Amino acid sequence: MAVIRDVMPVFELYQPASIDDAIKLLDKHGADALVLAGGLDSMDWLKDRLKKPKAVVDLGQIKELKGIKETNGGLEIGAMTPLSEIVRHPVVREKFSLLMEAAELVASPQIRNQGTLGGNVSQDTRCWYYRGGWTCYRAGGNICYADTPTSVNREHAIFDADRCVAVNPSDTAPALVALDASMVIRGPKGERIVPAEDYWIGPGIDITRMNVLAPNEILTAIRIPPTMAGAQFYFEKVRDRQVWDFALVNVASAIVVSGEKIVKARMVVNAVAATPRRLKNVETLIIGKARNEETADMAGKLAVEGAETLRHNAYKVPLMRNLVKRAIRGAGATWTS
Amino acid sequence: MDLLRWGRSPWGEWVLTHVSWSLFWASLFAGVLFFIAHAGYMLFSAHRKRPSAETDALEALYKNLPEKIERHGLAARLFHWVMAAAMFVLLFTAFLPIAGVKFAWVYWHWMAGLVLTASILFHIVHATFFMDFWSIWVGPKDIPELKNELMREFGVDVPGPKDGKYPLGNRLYHTAIVLAGLGASITGILMIPRIRTGLVTRNPYYLADATWGITYVTHGLAGVGLVGLVIAHVYFAIRPEKWWVTKAMIFGFITKRQYLEHHEPSRWPVGGKSTSTKPAGQA
Repeated sequence: MAVIRDVMPVFELYQPASIDDAIKLLDKHGADALVLAGGLDSMDWLKDRLKKPKAVVDLGQIKELKGIKETNGGLEIGAMTPLSEIVRHPVVREKFSLLMEAAELVASPQIRNQGTLGGNVSQDTRCWYYRGGWTCYRAGGNICYADTPTSVNREHAIFDADRCVAVNPSDTAPALVALDASMVIRGPKGERIVPAEDYWIGPGIDITRMNVLAPNEILTAIRIPPTMAGAQFYFEKVRDRQVWDFALVNVASAIVVSGEKIVKARMVVNAVAATPRRLKNVETLIIGKARNEETADMAGKLAVEGAETLRHNAYKVPLMRNLVKRAIRGAGATWTS
Repeated sequence: MDLLRWGRSPWGEWVLTHVSWSLFWASLFAGVLFFIAHAGYMLFSAHRKRPSAETDALEALYKNLPEKIERHGLAARLFHWVMAAAMFVLLFTAFLPIAGVKFAWVYWHWMAGLVLTASILFHIVHATFFMDFWSIWVGPKDIPELKNELMREFGVDVPGPKDGKYPLGNRLYHTAIVLAGLGASITGILMIPRIRTGLVTRNPYYLADATWGITYVTHGLAGVGLVGLVIAHVYFAIRPEKWWVTKAMIFGFITKRQYLEHHEPSRWPVGGKSTSTKPAGQA
């Protein structure tokens, strides 16, 4: 359908200076409000006139949402902290380089300067049927245009599709799950802490949302515990072009090795489902095993068990299998798939 | 309030998508309102109750009736409870997410839908070939009885026969639940190829967008209608003066006194070699 581009609809712009004020505004406007972080996702929706909020609440003026603090061996990152600041931060680079690698592979330098961690993890899906303005399930309709016999669905889900086959496009999301992060959410009823693993929700639970944020809530910070600090990290993102593109599949892993054996592991793949997919079965499998080709091979095969492909995305199965294998082998490995 | 939701098809046409979920709240409200209104009426009204002397006389007259009279056979009871369980699963899985309780509901919904459909098919066959098919239906001939029943409910002592096997209210309810249940079931079966069940090849395009809109709207209207109907049904099932009916749906029988108190033997004859609904002494 025809989309009018570049001319944003009329809305009231609010630029609160505190979290409390922002929440009051969101509580007042409810579903009629759009939260603006870096604006890189939101502006598309507005310019395409596909979302016509009555109010836009810009979080850019709230200082308490920005910055990185060290906390008991871990980190607390304000949701409005730009991705480029995270990439440059010395503690992130030293202890949690998985997040640095993931953030560094987001889009382009300009976008990383403007884009925020909170925005990156809370962004909407990139399914072009949905973003094209068609009334699909996710947009409140009764059909998934990406999951029909004639759909173009090369980038869509191979796991956990439930009517909608859209995927989560975030690069930092799998890294945060692998780092066992927690999401700090504030709303009118106060603060709640949600494990990163539970922050995203699939279409089976709520087909119109990507995460647990209610319309009157905002993500204020991301807390990374010291649990996986200094572990052996691996992040790889496969995309059609090497800059300014979303992942076809990405993988994030944090592995602790003692002697020759893996003693602790968290492994997460994204862009294969509507939520980052933590590979608990793979983690269980590799504990106690050596980080070698045999383990990598077993892990790769196990990781893709249960995958259901669409017409054009069968390639994601071997891609994911190989990314998991490469994550097990680690960054220093010399052998290839 | 918009009662229907519309969307744009890929060809730019406005098509129906589903009913407004406000209708769910309206149906819930209507069901609860009915429950409060009826309960209040029953508490404070002088609605007619048959004198016990009348039943005593009938008991003396119908001495040869057995003490226990079968009201629902085992197959009918099994159908009822399987259908009830499926209906509750369907309503909870459909409407709890709308009410804000989020969970993966689709799998349970379509599974329960298949159970409901199978139980309906069983009931149609069972009722057609093994039960008194017409005893549950209503027609123009019931209009005088409807009028009498309403008058009795308002405390007027209107003469006339008692109920057959199924009271008029019961039969009217059955008609409503047939319409809503079949509406939800048939449209639900049509939707099966839209979701991943593993039973059929997915194909959301076998009906046109506009036809899908009508299908979804019918499903939604039937669903919200069932919310009110089920509330009313549960309400009557738990009312103290109706427990004998509810117990009959569990144990299958009613007592001779209940039979004579609430039913007209000529309209619901209890047959069999050793029993007779004719007064004692008559051939």
